[in-house]
Amino acid sequence: MLCATGRLLAATTLPAPPRGRGSAPRCRRRELHFPGHSEQPFCDFLAGRLTRPSVLRARRVILRRGRMPPATGGGLTGSELRARRGRCGPQTARPASRDVAAEAAAPSPKRSAVSSQRLEAAGRWALLALVTLLSFATRFHRLEEPRHICWDETHFGKMGSYYINRTFFFDVHPPLGKMLIGLAGYLSGYDGTFLFQKPGDKYEHHSYMGMRGFCAFLGSWLIPFAYLTVLDLSKSLPAALLTAALLTFDTGCLTLSQYILLDPILMFFIMAAMLSMVKYNSCADRPFSAPWWFWLTLTGISLAGALGVKFVGLFIILQVGLNTISDLWHLLGDLSLSLVTVGKHLTARILCLIVLPLALYMATFAIHFMVLNKSGPGDGFFSSAFQSRLSGNNLHNASVPEHLAYGSVITVKNFRMAIGYLHSHRHLYPEGIGARQQQVTTYLHKDYNNLWIIKKHNTNSDPLDPSFPVEFVRHGDIIRLEHKETSRNLHSHYHEAPLTRKHYQVTGYGINGTGDSNDFWRIEVVNRKFGNRIKVLRSRIRFIHLVTGCVLGSSGKVLPRWGWEQLEVTCTPYLKETLNSIWNVEDHINPKLPNISLDVLQPSFPEILLESHMVMIRGNNGLKPKDNEFTSKPWHWPINYQGLRFSGINDTDFRVYLLGNPVVWWLNLLSIALYLLSGSVLAIAMQRGAQLPAEVEGLSQVLLRGGGQVLLGWMLHYFPFFLMGRILYFHHYFPAMLFSSMLTGILWDTLLRLCAWSVASSRLARSIHVVGVLSLLLGTAYSFYLFHPLAYGMVGPLAQDPQSPMAGLRWLESWDF
Amino acid sequence: MLGFLKRPIVLTTDINVNVVVLTGVGLLSRLWRLTYPRAVVFDEVYYGQYISFYMKRVFFLDDSGPPFGHMLLALGGYLGGFDGNFVWNRIGAENALITQSRLMLLESVLIFFNLLAVLSFLKFSNCQKHSPFCLSWWFWLALTGVSCSCAVGIKYMGVFTYLLVLSVAAVHAWHLIGDRTLSNVCVFCHLLARAVALLVVPAVLYVLFFYVHLILLYRSGPHDQIMSSAFQASLEGGLSRITQGQPLEVAFGSQVTLKNVFGKPLPCWLHSHQNTYPMIYENGRGSSHQQQVTCYPFKDVNNWWIIKDPGRHQLVVSSPPRPVRHGDVVQLVHGMTTRFLNTHDVAAPLTPHSQEVSCYVDYNISMPAQNLWRLEIVNRESDTDVWKTILSEVRFVHVNTSAILKLSGAHLPDWGFRQLEVVGEKLPRGYHGSTAWNVEEHRYGQSQEQKERELELHSPTQVDFSRNLSFMARFSELQWRMLTLRSDDSEHKYSSTPLEWVTLDTNIAYWLHPRSSAQIHLLGNVVIWASGGLATAVYTLLFLWYLLRRRRQICDLPEDAWQRWVLAGAVCAGGWAVNYLPFFLMEKTLFLYHYLPALSFQILLLPVVLQHVNDHLCRSQLQRNLLSALVVAWCSSACHVSNALRPLTYGDKELSPDELKALRWKNSWDILIRKH
Repeated sequence: MLCATGRLLAATTLPAPPRGRGSAPRCRRRELHFPGHSEQPFCDFLAGRLTRPSVLRARRVILRRGRMPPATGGGLTGSELRARRGRCGPQTARPASRDVAAEAAAPSPKRSAVSSQRLEAAGRWALLALVTLLSFATRFHRLEEPRHICWDETHFGKMGSYYINRTFFFDVHPPLGKMLIGLAGYLSGYDGTFLFQKPGDKYEHHSYMGMRGFCAFLGSWLIPFAYLTVLDLSKSLPAALLTAALLTFDTGCLTLSQYILLDPILMFFIMAAMLSMVKYNSCADRPFSAPWWFWLTLTGISLAGALGVKFVGLFIILQVGLNTISDLWHLLGDLSLSLVTVGKHLTARILCLIVLPLALYMATFAIHFMVLNKSGPGDGFFSSAFQSRLSGNNLHNASVPEHLAYGSVITVKNFRMAIGYLHSHRHLYPEGIGARQQQVTTYLHKDYNNLWIIKKHNTNSDPLDPSFPVEFVRHGDIIRLEHKETSRNLHSHYHEAPLTRKHYQVTGYGINGTGDSNDFWRIEVVNRKFGNRIKVLRSRIRFIHLVTGCVLGSSGKVLPRWGWEQLEVTCTPYLKETLNSIWNVEDHINPKLPNISLDVLQPSFPEILLESHMVMIRGNNGLKPKDNEFTSKPWHWPINYQGLRFSGINDTDFRVYLLGNPVVWWLNLLSIALYLLSGSVLAIAMQRGAQLPAEVEGLSQVLLRGGGQVLLGWMLHYFPFFLMGRILYFHHYFPAMLFSSMLTGILWDTLLRLCAWSVASSRLARSIHVVGVLSLLLGTAYSFYLFHPLAYGMVGPLAQDPQSPMAGLRWLESWDF
Repeated sequence: MLGFLKRPIVLTTDINVNVVVLTGVGLLSRLWRLTYPRAVVFDEVYYGQYISFYMKRVFFLDDSGPPFGHMLLALGGYLGGFDGNFVWNRIGAENALITQSRLMLLESVLIFFNLLAVLSFLKFSNCQKHSPFCLSWWFWLALTGVSCSCAVGIKYMGVFTYLLVLSVAAVHAWHLIGDRTLSNVCVFCHLLARAVALLVVPAVLYVLFFYVHLILLYRSGPHDQIMSSAFQASLEGGLSRITQGQPLEVAFGSQVTLKNVFGKPLPCWLHSHQNTYPMIYENGRGSSHQQQVTCYPFKDVNNWWIIKDPGRHQLVVSSPPRPVRHGDVVQLVHGMTTRFLNTHDVAAPLTPHSQEVSCYVDYNISMPAQNLWRLEIVNRESDTDVWKTILSEVRFVHVNTSAILKLSGAHLPDWGFRQLEVVGEKLPRGYHGSTAWNVEEHRYGQSQEQKERELELHSPTQVDFSRNLSFMARFSELQWRMLTLRSDDSEHKYSSTPLEWVTLDTNIAYWLHPRSSAQIHLLGNVVIWASGGLATAVYTLLFLWYLLRRRRQICDLPEDAWQRWVLAGAVCAGGWAVNYLPFFLMEKTLFLYHYLPALSFQILLLPVVLQHVNDHLCRSQLQRNLLSALVVAWCSSACHVSNALRPLTYGDKELSPDELKALRWKNSWDILIRKH
């Protein structure tokens, strides 16, 4: 029986040669497997024992390939499938392969074996082509509908346009995805003139199909990728087909792939990374060969792509990282490999999985900053030094006096990103909110009301009078800041601030620059000695209120309507150094001083990179959900609790609703539970050393290893969302859903095989497997037929109405279509 | 007075130290008893050093807190010591509320239970080797479960240690499953015993804590408002005084007050008053100029509404009362103004995407009344459910526009008296508490005439029968509120970040003498903190080194020494990691004392590492002697530092500004110096 398994294994896996030799040690493995060392996977156990160099190659085969399953019914089911689905013609090889492969394993393969192998390979290619074709067909069908902006297209389309127009903007995601969208638009003749103002705006004559087509193109690749990944993990065509069907017929994946969004691009890279990781794992028996390098490099490139599109790419990086660590761990434990070889392995991985992706990731940023060289809507989010790079910005090619002197007119910018400039205006704080004095806020945009004059605290004489010598402001000086437009002094006192009750209120006080001692501030440069001059842009300064000892800062909270929704400025009694209380001088006007060019201040690339990451992280953290709004929670997602409206609300609108195909999603959910159950039963059985029949053991290896990898992917792409404080949306689940569908494919195929195996009669066994897989395939296809209007769009009454295309399909009350 | 204030700080250091001696030495002595008798000398050094360290402590304590000194004298039986410690803590807790040290005390009790859990688990696994299912085996296993649940019950931080114990237990259980010398039944019994002791017992105990908590606290208090109406009604006094005896089923003609279920930013009731929306808002948008509908956070006669059947004119309850059911269409009549709750396609004042809600005033300007609302009972059991006072959460769906009555959370400006805005949500995206309302006060309306009715509204509701919430319902609600209650992330002068803890860049000033400069700070012993950090680093590096070498079949350590090394690391280094690292993900305000549980584990690691260095890394006697000398030096420097910082720990001595400045070893330490 043992050797029969070996033969079968050979039959179901692809390239033949090493397999034949592999069968002998494989039989031995079965005997060696059980005793002791339960915590060690048996491959390692084997690795620890078999050290004869002559066995090395064969053993490596076992190490990597040996996990692959047995699939008693594998070849046979293939034939059944073929019989019913006429299209898979070239598969004729499969029924024969059982005997043929056995012969192939023999020392001298016959010609028929070779030809049947060819046929089998052709059949696989044809099947792959079919899957790909179907995927492209569904994704490109009615791609041009609706002819208006849907949902987040308004953001990402707009950002694509920014690249075409080369105007600088800010987004919380890394730039690669939007850059690719911009490139696709550019190549397809879109000129960047469409405004992408709000969802529902008609595209009119603007060419948008290039961008949508690009996203759909990448989205279409998800299915072949998943198909190949599952095929490689389970070595079972039905499992791969099932996965492909689940994803092809999922309305959610379909909808998400059809619009100008980052998600198809992100998922493309995630799946590409997963596929190439699995492929390079299966190349492990011939390390440093060309395919091995190819897949390893491709993994690195895909990782860079995934991270370059969204930070969610970190999860797949984590997965590849874990896989690599366990891989290296196995290599290290393989005593037949010298430490030098292990070192080579390590270096290759560092090179391809760390250095290469990092270089590519930085390259995308370099391109991003090179392309976007014009001032645009994103300027205010960045520091003054950064802005000097952007043509059109008033800091570009500007020249200002270098050192701050009394009488200078300045703008003061908060050091924390996205807070803005110190600002005041002719409006008082309302009754009941501190003292009824002039408001002081921070404001993100450039404005005359941001200008302040820096004066000595004790004289009110005009320092710009040419008869006075220039006097520089030095670290530790006591100064007064006078608002240029209203001639009121920056002032603070023991009244609580409007929003942050523990801080003191900051106001504008006094008439024509005459106020009281509460207007005095000590100016300090962070980490400098007393007496130093203060540099424009470069010096990080703090203003310390002389009377109360508090520090001027901005809390970052938005004031109510009376404060024009600008940000609150407070004086904080907590002296702890935070970015909120650090400022720098940006504009600087002083006719008595010579100007220097700002070019010397231009930040270097690493500085820009760091700053843009800080801004992005802060932007992400700033996306907080509102209390009184319904927000999507991670636990809603796998149960398909609620979708997202992509387009249209009323019955006359063209409506598109992002919602997973409930049949697919609920099947996925069930599969995860079933997997955990069956996986733990099998794991415990093996740990207890139960004598499993060879077929069952092979199947459980597929389930535990192949399924385990995919399950890990699902967990890594799902659970971190529970820890995230930012606002979440339904579409965040889709990367996890891809993994979940792969798991479903592997699980059901394996379970059906197990079922089939437990039935004695081989005819019945075959039919159980075939009927099971077919019914799953047809079931998902039918459910897609039912739910396809969600993705392809629908007009007409809402689902409550019996006339509606979705009548009777609103299975959950929370679905609003 | 002074004495009470001192205690908290004294305690934490002491417990740490206790534990180091007791558990550390206990663990070590067990470890070495088996193989390496030669290390006795070393251990003696250790033990002696520690004892002298403690003797000093005891001495310190003697003049500050007698009970504690007595307790330490009973050092022989360490569990006894712990118990005494615990009792004493509670005494302290009761007295030291004046300072913020209550939190501190919780920390120390938490540390105690954390360590007790780990200790008893180690004891248990020790028993496992010799005689499973014996009495002490059961005792330690049960104690592990009990102390875990105590730790969790004290602070949610205890969950981390609980998870650590669970995962170590899970690994052991996995090995047990793999042990083929045991029969299936035996393995099953083992697993069952562990599941009961480590899962069921803690869960039951945890619920029990709440049970006692709720039994003890049966009166209403200052935090009532956070809880739901149903919960409040179950407390004595407060709301239940009003709601006791209300009719249960809401009928047509009922007079009700409607409370928003979500209650954020403030718990409030649906409200209306004579004033109308301003014709033009500040930003130039227009309104319907009809009567304002708001949500008002105080009890008021204007919160009363009457449920009216659209098909009939009466505002009284018929007899027998006709209950309102899920799906019924109703009108809501404002009691004091008899105007109808209405919404229409006019933008709400502060949330322009939603509809304005008003009480309809007929200005004769082709703006018809749209005052029909369909009632949806959210937590119904069947579609024919009756609307119940307090218990039912209902939504009002506008019949014409299918908008849902919702609390937007925004405060209206002065014209709306800063009450909360109520809107009609046109695009409800699923259920949210802000769209659900429940009846709080309720009576069957009797009066036909408006004047009479106003009088009736002003009179208190009549008393008929009482209603109680089941324990589980109250428990789950309380639990839910505790977990979801988000305190404002208020900044605090002594708040700090996790990174500052390791380097001890922060402190907390607990108390300053009103006149003199005597003060109490939470400040670690620099030497101990540094060596704790060092021990962790050394452990990690050594562990990785051994692990990689073992992988290449080079075993530096004998198998059982390695096993102990791993177990000690899993417990101590793991305990440090699980109690420390999660803080990086937390968004609340953090203080130095949050680090103390992690620190206590780190200190445990110190003797483990030293012992290991002595046993396995020191090749010659000379090296061993050197190490011992180093340890002595280290201990004395630790003593010296603790002595130097003593005035800040106990606050029993006035210091001159110069002395205080001298104590400010790090710039980031905030030591209070009086200006004269």
